[in-house]
Amino acid sequence: MLKKRKKEGPGEINAGSMADIAFLLLIFFLVTTTMDTDSGIMRLLPPVVVEDVKMDVNKRDVYEVLINDADMLLVEGTMMDIKELRAGAKEFMTNPSNNIDLPEKRRMTSAECQQKIAEYRSGVASTSDPKLKDDYQKLMEKWEDRLSAVRLLGEYNELPPNAVISLQTGSKTSYDMYVKVQNELEAGIRELRDELCKEKFGRKFTELDDKVDDDKAIIKAIRLVFPQRISEAEPVDVTKNNPA
Amino acid sequence: MSRFKDKGSKSVPAISTASLPDIIFMLLFFFMVTTVMRETDLKVKITLPEATEVTKLEDKALVDYVYIGPPTSQALGTEPLIQLNDQYAKLEELDAWVKAGNERRDEVLQQKITRSLKVDKETNMKIVTDVKQELRKSNALKINYSTGRGR
Repeated sequence: MLKKRKKEGPGEINAGSMADIAFLLLIFFLVTTTMDTDSGIMRLLPPVVVEDVKMDVNKRDVYEVLINDADMLLVEGTMMDIKELRAGAKEFMTNPSNNIDLPEKRRMTSAECQQKIAEYRSGVASTSDPKLKDDYQKLMEKWEDRLSAVRLLGEYNELPPNAVISLQTGSKTSYDMYVKVQNELEAGIRELRDELCKEKFGRKFTELDDKVDDDKAIIKAIRLVFPQRISEAEPVDVTKNNPA
Repeated sequence: MSRFKDKGSKSVPAISTASLPDIIFMLLFFFMVTTVMRETDLKVKITLPEATEVTKLEDKALVDYVYIGPPTSQALGTEPLIQLNDQYAKLEELDAWVKAGNERRDEVLQQKITRSLKVDKETNMKIVTDVKQELRKSNALKINYSTGRGR
């Protein structure tokens, strides 16, 4: 008997407390874990312009949204409640009644796209100036994008390239209001995209998956029709015009 | 031999708890992996505004945070301050902070860094606009207005 015991060595360590130790760690991580995923409104700031380039912007192409220090909205020169802003942004983006105060839309047809592509292709082939060639190449690619959008969505109306929703705030405007306005403008564009996507493909735009190639093309096309152009441009002090 | 027989004859053996630690460990590892420890102590009070049109910030490794809000310690008054990393910062320090953030990452990823603005909703736009201008100057163009998911 004695001999046998010696062979067994020091014997097994009791693993009964292992569970307790693991529990302790588990509870620690349970408590420290924050499951919240960070979310927010994404924006791309415009790069700083080195030289003062004066862009020729038609007044009808700008949707001017001002928020004053008291968090009141002035849209295109008239006071507006924030509840109406979404509809206002949608009207600006679509201009359904061809209002002369809203951007003039351009009808995109496949014939025009093809003609332009051919034009720029010959332009690329004929010129030897590398800069000009590059410009032609870029223009050609733009028209090719339009052509694929026409193929996917049918003929559509495109916004002028410099149509923009311009958002300006006073220095005492609350951040809460600013985010609300950003949210409404974003919602307007999202609704338009959703409606278009639902009509053509039976799905919402937000349900598309940008990792699937087919969806990717649709996303690109719809973004072309309803671009997200909310300007984060140079801050202008809106209070300057009417000193309190 | 007789001893073995005794054990076998007992009716229902106790359920083995030997696999309990394994189960707990599994849970433990799950939480360990999903846990994101808050690396900064907030020195400003922030109540985020709410919005519906939000996008998730996917890659947390590519997000830097700017906190703006009234300081937590009363001694510093109630005017909103900017907090970068672990301390209060002045507007002029943003540029250096952006550069430091860039240098920490691979060159390829530098353009993909998002600067998330966590701003208290009562804050005036002035300080936010100033921060935005500074970010523009230091070429940190991708920003995110951090909001709660509302309504």
